[in-house]
Amino acid sequence: MRNLWLGGLLTAVFAGMAVLSFLWTPYDPTVLDIANKIKAPTLAHPLGTDHFGRDILSMIMVGARTSIAVALVAVGIGMALGVPLGLMAAARKGSLWDEVIMRGNDLVFAFPSLLIAIMITAVFGASALNAIIAIGIFNIPVFARLTRSGALSLWSREYVMAARVAGKGAARISVEHILPNVANLLIVQGTIQFSLGILAEAGLSYVGLGAQPPTASWGRMLADSQTMISFAPHMALFPGLAILLTVLGLNLMGDGLRDLFDPKLRRARS
Amino acid sequence: MSLLQIEDLNLSIHGTPVLQDVSLSIAPGQILGVIGESGSGKSMTAFAAMQLLPNGTVCSGRITLAGQDVLNMSEPELCQMRGRDVGMVFQEPMTALNPIRTIGDQVAETILIHERVSKKEALARAAEALTRAELPQDRFPLSRYPFELSGGQRQRVVIAMAIALRPKLLIADEPTTALDVTTQAQILSLLKRLVIEDQMGLMLISHDLAVVADLADDIAIMQKGRVVEAGPAATLFQTMQHPYSKALLAASAHHPDRLAEPQEQPLLTVRDVVREYRLHSNGWLGGTTTLRAVKGVSFDIKRGESLGLVGESGCGKSTLTRAILGLEPVQGGQILLDGEPVFDAKGTNRSIRRRMQVVFQDPYGSFNPRWKVRRLIAEPMYLLDQPPKGQALQDAMVEAMENVGLTADDLDKYIHEFSGGQRQRIAIARALIIKPDLIILDEAVSALDVSVRAQVLDLLADLSDRYGLTYLFISHDLSVVRSITDRVLVMQAGEIVEQGETETVFDAPQHPYTQQLIAAAPALPATDPSAELPKT
Amino acid sequence: MLHYLLKRLASLGLSLVVASLVIFLTLEVVPGDPAAYMLGINAQEDTLAALRDELGLNGSVAERYLSWAGGLLVGDFGTSYTYRTPVAEMIGERLWVSLPLALYALALSTLIAFPAGIWAASRRGSAVDVGVMGITQLGVAIPNFWFAMLMVLIFAINLRWFSAGGFVGWDAGFGAALKSLTLPAVALALPQASILARVMRSSLLDTLSEDFIRTARAKGLSRGQALRRHALRNALIPVLTIIGMQFSFLLAGAIIIENVFFLPGLGRLVFQSISARDLIVVESVVMLLVFAVIVVNFLVDLTYAIVDPRLRGRR
Repeated sequence: MRNLWLGGLLTAVFAGMAVLSFLWTPYDPTVLDIANKIKAPTLAHPLGTDHFGRDILSMIMVGARTSIAVALVAVGIGMALGVPLGLMAAARKGSLWDEVIMRGNDLVFAFPSLLIAIMITAVFGASALNAIIAIGIFNIPVFARLTRSGALSLWSREYVMAARVAGKGAARISVEHILPNVANLLIVQGTIQFSLGILAEAGLSYVGLGAQPPTASWGRMLADSQTMISFAPHMALFPGLAILLTVLGLNLMGDGLRDLFDPKLRRARS
Repeated sequence: MSLLQIEDLNLSIHGTPVLQDVSLSIAPGQILGVIGESGSGKSMTAFAAMQLLPNGTVCSGRITLAGQDVLNMSEPELCQMRGRDVGMVFQEPMTALNPIRTIGDQVAETILIHERVSKKEALARAAEALTRAELPQDRFPLSRYPFELSGGQRQRVVIAMAIALRPKLLIADEPTTALDVTTQAQILSLLKRLVIEDQMGLMLISHDLAVVADLADDIAIMQKGRVVEAGPAATLFQTMQHPYSKALLAASAHHPDRLAEPQEQPLLTVRDVVREYRLHSNGWLGGTTTLRAVKGVSFDIKRGESLGLVGESGCGKSTLTRAILGLEPVQGGQILLDGEPVFDAKGTNRSIRRRMQVVFQDPYGSFNPRWKVRRLIAEPMYLLDQPPKGQALQDAMVEAMENVGLTADDLDKYIHEFSGGQRQRIAIARALIIKPDLIILDEAVSALDVSVRAQVLDLLADLSDRYGLTYLFISHDLSVVRSITDRVLVMQAGEIVEQGETETVFDAPQHPYTQQLIAAAPALPATDPSAELPKT
Repeated sequence: MLHYLLKRLASLGLSLVVASLVIFLTLEVVPGDPAAYMLGINAQEDTLAALRDELGLNGSVAERYLSWAGGLLVGDFGTSYTYRTPVAEMIGERLWVSLPLALYALALSTLIAFPAGIWAASRRGSAVDVGVMGITQLGVAIPNFWFAMLMVLIFAINLRWFSAGGFVGWDAGFGAALKSLTLPAVALALPQASILARVMRSSLLDTLSEDFIRTARAKGLSRGQALRRHALRNALIPVLTIIGMQFSFLLAGAIIIENVFFLPGLGRLVFQSISARDLIVVESVVMLLVFAVIVVNFLVDLTYAIVDPRLRGRR
C-alpha cells in the first residue's frame, strides 16, 4: 500500500504540473532572456535558467505535458490495437489466426521503438508524432501478448464453459467474461508501459527524433545541457530528476496496483 | 515402543491457532490413518512432524521421532532427519517432481545428500528403489524425465525417493487423491507392501474414510485442528462416539432417496457418436495426427431417469459431454433430444440447447468473480428468444434460488461471499432457471467435502422428484454414482464397455474393466444408516 | 531436439524475410521516389536519373527487393550516396565499437543482476532484499543517457578517472579500448541490470514456492541446497526471455549512449545518415540491428531447449 500512495503522489505531482502549465507557469518558457542566462537556482528562478535565460522550472512544467501526452497516447494505441488482437488470438487458440497474430507480434518485437523512430524519421522527418507512433507500435505486441496469455487461462475456466452452454459466442464471451477479468493485468501493465513510454520519449527527443523546437521536452533540455554540463550542471540535473521521479512514481504505482489486485497476495495479508 | 509420538501439539501460524492438543502415535510396521475434511489440520500435523512449516509458525508440545525430540532439533539436524528417518509423499504427483531433472537424478539425490557414496553407487541404489516402487528399469530407465510419466508413475517416483534410504517412518499426505481409482488401488497396495517389507511406520492422511478404512491399523479423525476420535480401525467404526465422526461416516455412505420413476420414452438419444481431434503436433508447417476421443458411442436417457457415466480420466467422458451440450461438432453419428438433432445445418440448434444445462465440478472456477449472483444465474436466459424482464425475471431468479435453499437476498452478493457447497447450489440454480429437461452433472460433487456432498446429493434428488428432471451424472467416483443413479454406463478409452441397471452393474459386473474398477474402489465397513447428516 | 531446431530455424528464416520486407517497404517504397527524396526538391532531372540508375531504382518493386535482399545475402549492402564508399565497409568499421559495447553491457548487466537477484530472493524480506529492491527500483527509472551524463560529470570532469568521450580504438590495446568503453557500458548496463535482478528475484521466489521444492526439502536438503539444486535452473527460463529482449534494448540504447560519449559506432552513423538523407545507410543499419535481435532471440530459444527437457520432446 505504501508503494501505491508514494507512487500515486509522485505521479499526481507531475500530472498536476502538466495541467497547471496550461494555465500558468512562473515565466514564459519560450521567451529568451539572454541577460539572465545560465543562472544557478535562485529565489526568482528556483531551478535556475538555461543558456538562453529561459526559466527551467517553467520548461519542466511544459515538458511534463509533452512527456505525459506522448506516453499516454502511445499506451492508448498499444491497448486499442493490442487488446482486441490478444482477445481474438485467445478465442481462436491454435488456429491460423492465432498463429498469424502471434508471429506478427514477434516480428514487431524485433523492432525496438528507437529503430521504428529512426525509420519513420528518415522518411517523414522528426516530430513528436513520430515518437508517439514509434512507441505506440512497440506497445501493441506487449498488450497483445499479455491479453492473450491472461485470456487463455480464463478460457479454460468453467464459467466460460457455462457461458458457451448459455449459447454465447466467442466475441460476446470475450467482452463479457474475459476482458473484465484481464482488466487488472492491463491496468498494471499500462502503468509500466506508461513509464517506459516516458523514458523512450525522453531518449528519442534527446537524440533529436522526438519533439522539435519550440515544443519543450525533457529529453531535448538534456541534449541542450550536455555541452555545458561542466559549468552548468543544474541544467542537466533538474530535467533528469523530473524523468526519474515521474518514472519512479509510475513504477511504484504499478507495483502497488499489482499487490492490490493480486488475490494471492491479498489472501496472504488478510 | 512407538516410533512417532505426538503429544499435546499446539500449532499456530501468525497467531492463528491451527492445531490444538493433537496427540497421535505410530508404532513400527503400523499404519495410522488420519482423516479429516479440508481445514481440519491433518496436513499441518504431518508437516509439523517433518518441521517443514510456513514462516511464522509456532509449535508447542512434544514430537518424538525414533527417540529424537523433533521440536528441539536444530535446522541441520532436521535436514539429517528428513529423508533418512522420515520420508514423505505428497498429494500432487504432477508438480511434486522437478520438471527438468531426470527421475534417476532425483531419487539418487536422497542418497547423495545423506551418505558419502559415489554418484554411480547412488544411481544404482536409485534404480533399486524405483524397482521396489514398481517402476522396473527396463521400462522406466533412470534417464526418464517426469513429463514422460503418468500421474501414477510420478507418484511411484516420489515414493521411491521417500523410501530410498529405508526410513523408519513414511508420511503420505493424500497420496492418491489426484489419481484414478485403479491407480489409487495400486499405489495403496504398494504402500502397504513397503510397510510390511521394511517394518516402516506409515501415517496415511486422507479425506476419504473408505481409503483409510481398508488399510489402516489405527485411525484418528480430525476436525478443526483437534483429534476428535481415535482408536483401532477394526473396532472404531462400531465404537465411535463423537458426533462429528458419526456424521462423517453417515455422510460417506449416504444414499439420497429418490421417488420419481423414469418413463419409457427416451429424452436424449446418442447414436454412434464419433469425436475426433486433429492435432497440429508440429505447428502449422508439420503434419496432423488424428485423435479419436469418442469412438462410436450409443445410449439413451429416458425422461425422468438419472443415468451415471463413469470412467477414469482421459476416457472421453468430458469430450462426450461437450458434444452432447452442442459445444463441439461431432464427426460421426447423431445426438437427438426429444427426436430433434442438437446440431442442425447452421451449427448448434438453439431451441434444443435451451433444454439442457450443466453443473461443473469446480465450485470456485464456475463463476465470473466480477458478476453478482443475479447476473450469474440469469446467464442461460440468453438462450431464450424472449427472455423475461422486470418482475418476471426477478420472480424466476428468486424461485431458482429458493429451490436450491438460498434466498432472494443472496442475489446481490458476489460469488466469493459463498462457501463451496453454496456455490454448487448456485450453479444448480443457474441450471434450473430456464427449466431445462436435462441437467448434465459433470463431476458436480467431486470437489466437495463429504458432508456437504451428501447435502447436495439430497438436493438433486429432491429437485428431480419435484420437476421430473433428467440427469446425466458424470463422475469418476463410483460410490457417488451408485447412490444417485438408476442406470450406469462404464466408459473406457472412448467406448462404452458396459451398461445396465446401477445395482446390477455394481453387484455383478460383466466387463473385465468394470470388474477392475469396482474391485479397486475402496469400500466402507457396514454402518448404521439411521445416523443423522451433519448440519452446516 | 532436431525437430525443435528445424522448426526454430524455419521460423528464423521467415522472420528475417518478413522483417527485411517491412524495412524495404518503409524506406524505399513509402517515400515514393527515393532518389528525389535524397537529393531534395531542387535536384536536376539528369542528376535524378543518374542517381536512380545508380541505386537501381528503375526496376519494379519486386525486382528491386530481390536484388537488395540478394545483395544482403552475400554481404553487399550497396554504396553510400553521401560517402561514396561501400556501406558494408562503413558498417564493418563501426560494428567494432557498437557490438563490443553491447556485449560488454550485457556481461556487466548479467554479472550484477544474477547475484543481486539470487541474494535478495534467498533472504526475502530482509534488509538485503529491501536494499536491492530499492536500488533496482531507482535503476529501472533512471534514463540511461542522463545517468551517462552524470557519470561523465563525476568520473571524467571532476575525478578525471576516465575520458569524457571518444574511443581510442582497438589499436591502442585491449585494456585502453575497454577502458574507453567502460563508462558507456556501465550506463547501458545499470538500468538493464535492475530489471534483470528484479525478474531473477521474482522468478526465483515463484519457483521456491513450487511443490517440488517442498519435495526436495522433505528429502533432507537445506534451504540453500534446494535453491541451488532445484530452484535456480527452473527460475532461469523467464530470466532468459528477458535477457533476449534486453539485447535489443542494449543495441538500441547503445545508439543513444554513443551520442553521449561521441563514440564512432552505428548510432552516430545512423544519425549522420538521417541528416544527410542517405536512405541506403539507414536501411542497412536498421536491417543489421533487426537481424541481430532476431538471431539473439533464436539463440535464446535454443537455450530454452538446453534448460528445459520438455522442449526437446518425448523419446
